[in-house]
Amino acid sequence: MGTTASQLRKDLLSEYQELTFLTKQEIILAHKRFSELLSKEDRNVPTPRVPMEKVLSLPELKSNPFRKRICHVFSTSDMKDGSLTFEDFLDLLSAFSDSATLEIKSHYAFRIFDFDDDGTLDGGDLEKLVNCLTGETDDTRLTTEEMRQLISNILEESDIDKDGTVNLSEFQHVISRSPDFVSSFKIVL
Amino acid sequence: MAHSVNFDLTADHMEAGLESPADEEGVHDSFNQLIEDQRQEALELQELQRDLDEEERDSVAYLSSPGQEIWRGSPGRGEEEGGGQLDPLLEERWSSATLKVLSSMPSRTIGRSRGAIISQYYNRTMKLRRRRQSRPSIKDFSRSARPSIRGYGMETDCMETEGVDEEGRKRDQLVNNLQNLSLSDRVRMLRAMPLSVAEKSELRRLADRKGRRSNHSQIPCCSQLKYHIIIALRHSWYSCLSFLHSLQLWQVALKRVSGRFGTGVLSYFLFVKTLLFFNIFLFLVTGLLLAVPQAVHPPTLTQGHEAFSGLELLTGGGYFSDSVMYYGYYSNSTLSKDCRVTSSSMEQQPSPSVSRRTMETDCGVKPSYNMPLAYFFTIGLAFFITCIILVYSMSKSFGQSFRIDKSHGILAMKVFCSWDFKVIKKTSVKLRSENICIQLRELLEETSRKHVQKTACQRIGRVLVHVLAWFICIGSTVACVLALYYFSEYMHKDLQYRSRIPTKDPLLKEASLLALPVVVSLINLLLPGIFNATAWMEEYDSPSVNTYIAISRNLMLKVSVLVVLCFHWLGRIASDPHSIGLQCWESFVGQELYRFLLMDFIFTILDTFFGEFLWRLFSQRVLKRKRKPVFDISRNVLELIYGQTLAWLGVLFTPLLPAVQIIKLLLLFYMKQTSVMMNCQSPRKPYRASQMSTIFITLLCCPSFLGAAVCVSYTMWSIRPSESCGPFRSLSTMFQSGKLWVKELETHNPNLAWLAWAHSYIVENPLFLFLAAGIFLIVIYFNTQVVDGQRKIISLLQEQIENEGEDKKFLITRLQAIHQQKRPLSPRRLTSQASQDSNC
Repeated sequence: MGTTASQLRKDLLSEYQELTFLTKQEIILAHKRFSELLSKEDRNVPTPRVPMEKVLSLPELKSNPFRKRICHVFSTSDMKDGSLTFEDFLDLLSAFSDSATLEIKSHYAFRIFDFDDDGTLDGGDLEKLVNCLTGETDDTRLTTEEMRQLISNILEESDIDKDGTVNLSEFQHVISRSPDFVSSFKIVL
Repeated sequence: MAHSVNFDLTADHMEAGLESPADEEGVHDSFNQLIEDQRQEALELQELQRDLDEEERDSVAYLSSPGQEIWRGSPGRGEEEGGGQLDPLLEERWSSATLKVLSSMPSRTIGRSRGAIISQYYNRTMKLRRRRQSRPSIKDFSRSARPSIRGYGMETDCMETEGVDEEGRKRDQLVNNLQNLSLSDRVRMLRAMPLSVAEKSELRRLADRKGRRSNHSQIPCCSQLKYHIIIALRHSWYSCLSFLHSLQLWQVALKRVSGRFGTGVLSYFLFVKTLLFFNIFLFLVTGLLLAVPQAVHPPTLTQGHEAFSGLELLTGGGYFSDSVMYYGYYSNSTLSKDCRVTSSSMEQQPSPSVSRRTMETDCGVKPSYNMPLAYFFTIGLAFFITCIILVYSMSKSFGQSFRIDKSHGILAMKVFCSWDFKVIKKTSVKLRSENICIQLRELLEETSRKHVQKTACQRIGRVLVHVLAWFICIGSTVACVLALYYFSEYMHKDLQYRSRIPTKDPLLKEASLLALPVVVSLINLLLPGIFNATAWMEEYDSPSVNTYIAISRNLMLKVSVLVVLCFHWLGRIASDPHSIGLQCWESFVGQELYRFLLMDFIFTILDTFFGEFLWRLFSQRVLKRKRKPVFDISRNVLELIYGQTLAWLGVLFTPLLPAVQIIKLLLLFYMKQTSVMMNCQSPRKPYRASQMSTIFITLLCCPSFLGAAVCVSYTMWSIRPSESCGPFRSLSTMFQSGKLWVKELETHNPNLAWLAWAHSYIVENPLFLFLAAGIFLIVIYFNTQVVDGQRKIISLLQEQIENEGEDKKFLITRLQAIHQQKRPLSPRRLTSQASQDSNC
């Protein structure tokens, strides 16, 4: 849409306000931050895309272990390269905002954790997730045996219909019992 | 689970106990039907034949990403369920057709494809519409548009073109539904969809356009006007919301704290904010209803103001003692404005019911303001509203952090929910992942060997350590409390002595008043240190037990200190104020509370400076350690609660004490924030923020507020107010002011006799209290029963889900069997099945 780099059109602003969980100030701030990421030649393109590397240079995402997954989930790029348009960026901020519902948050959390994008969290996804949580260094990584036990325990706890994977509703069921999730699944610009 | 891998060969034998062969045939038929239903069936079968050799590789590639082998090996739990039947849906080697069905099951597509989301929301809009009973009924739609299982099932990713068609159709239906919703519902629904903004705006545009096209002819202009008004209102609501948002206090500071320390430390600062709001409320009420009216009509003072010496800021006495700050300054008369009084009889008429508590500005009607009554009701009202807010927030917080369903699932919760996306500092991120790793390992160990036997010796040793630790803690608390008791007695005697002999140095007398607060604050500062040392000595299994024990010890100390102090004020000073030469004991107690509050603040500053800043410097420069001190959340929060208790206790005697507390909290916030950012590192222990904040708000409500309320009401009900000062002079208790007023009301206006009747029966008769408490208990009992019932229903539903899962497994196995019957078996498969047969 015709967003120029300097100013956000008023009708777009109100549309974004209606369609996302963000307030006016937050959208304006997001626009400012997004424009800073754009390179000069990109600013004249009608819908500029910021490549993933640039998005990941934001301090809010820089050290997040899920940063690449976050970009991939919110990117609408056909190339699947994780690049974001301004609207994708707004989607990201909206899902991570204060006022987003538990349902939205858990949906996106599920998609972020679903590393192979197959719609369920299977053993491989869980393993990658745990590795992201514990960090990549050798002393914090779990051993193979520990990992196997952990994953089978997680499946036992959360896989209600016992099909060997955690699907979205089972995931949301686990999330709904953790009151801290909503307050920790937040990124503020 | 009889339907295992091999049942297509020996099906009849296996199932013989369950169903007759005839039924078996029926099942097969229905299955064939089901497959016939699928339009791509023929295609699939061809594909199957073709893929036969590739199948193995195909399915393995789909199923196992690298590393999956690790957990697919038989875990210990699998055996007890019988023969590695852990995940039949994954362990089977499915043909690719079955896999396609599997992967297009609604439960698996919903997390992945856009079409599934759209159809889910389509169903939801349907439900919403049906609930609202809006105009178009379900028969307006084509058959396939009705919400049904078929709606989902058709989506297959392999059939690209068909998928797109399907999605387009679904989208049309969704748009159709959306335009039948009301405007606000539509916006809410769109906002809650997990789709991208572009898709949402497209949907909205379509809905708007279609809606307008179809509606233009029918809708009269007044509806359009309504439409525009609604839009305008919505816009103003949005701008109002964003204005409120920009008002939020300390947002940047809180973001910085949470970015570095996560949710745990953040909860401390949020607690400060909550307390600040409580105090602002209290200050507004007492300031507007008591201090301002009294300041507008200052009473004639018997003696002039004392000179300002500077010590008053600490002691609260001297210059301040005859000011609007303390109880003694308030007059016991009806404040009245001098204005043109129309009729004297009107003026004498006391104000009827509602507006009695408010300042009347309309002086033509009622220019009087009954100060004792205002004092009594303001304090009562303030406490009542605070109580309601507290109980409400407590119950809300309980509801959030302790759900009904209390099943296990700690590990899953830990893995899915433990990442704090707010943390952005690199070192904190690293520390956090280390923490998570340690916690996961601990939890794993706990689950794997829950019943590790300790030797009797170890256990006895452990118990002994615990007993010793508790003994030290209780002993030191009791010793401190006793010391405090005797010290306060000594100070009291000292005051009596001084009052008899006029001292030369009034400053010294003032300064001696500071001794007691200093001692109490010292106790409050030092004893938690001892508690921490003993907690270090004993090792508890889980850190949460550790936190709870620390909290309970600190709480025990603070409660007993406050009990002794309350006895000192209400038992010693209030019962015999003349012995220490007091004209107005309420003001004196108010000053004491002011001193305690201030001393508490000063000692917090000292603690922050020495305990955090200097200790950090010392350990980094001298001990050359890299670690910084950890911010002790629970101790700091308990200190806040202690301070707040003092403030609530003092409101009756010092109506402006909330203002002091507000200043204190403001300063404390900035001080603690800088100190935390400068001196502390993020906590190593896991911290369940929401559960902890529930506990803190409960503590704030139960011992703190309740204790203060009990003390205040005891003072109002049964302690004789001083005779020469304050709004209640010449009354035997403060409570009598209300009683007198009701009586007066009755004599002046016989119509209000019911009020006096109600007063005498409800307030003075204990029977009513008992009744109210009884009803309250019954309500609580019913609620627990309802919760119990819900818990039962939850377990039933869970059972049902498990059954459905079994059914799913069963159906998929049958599907696979039919696929296999329809094509010749490959030799490899035969051999593998033969080997499985021999296993069984």
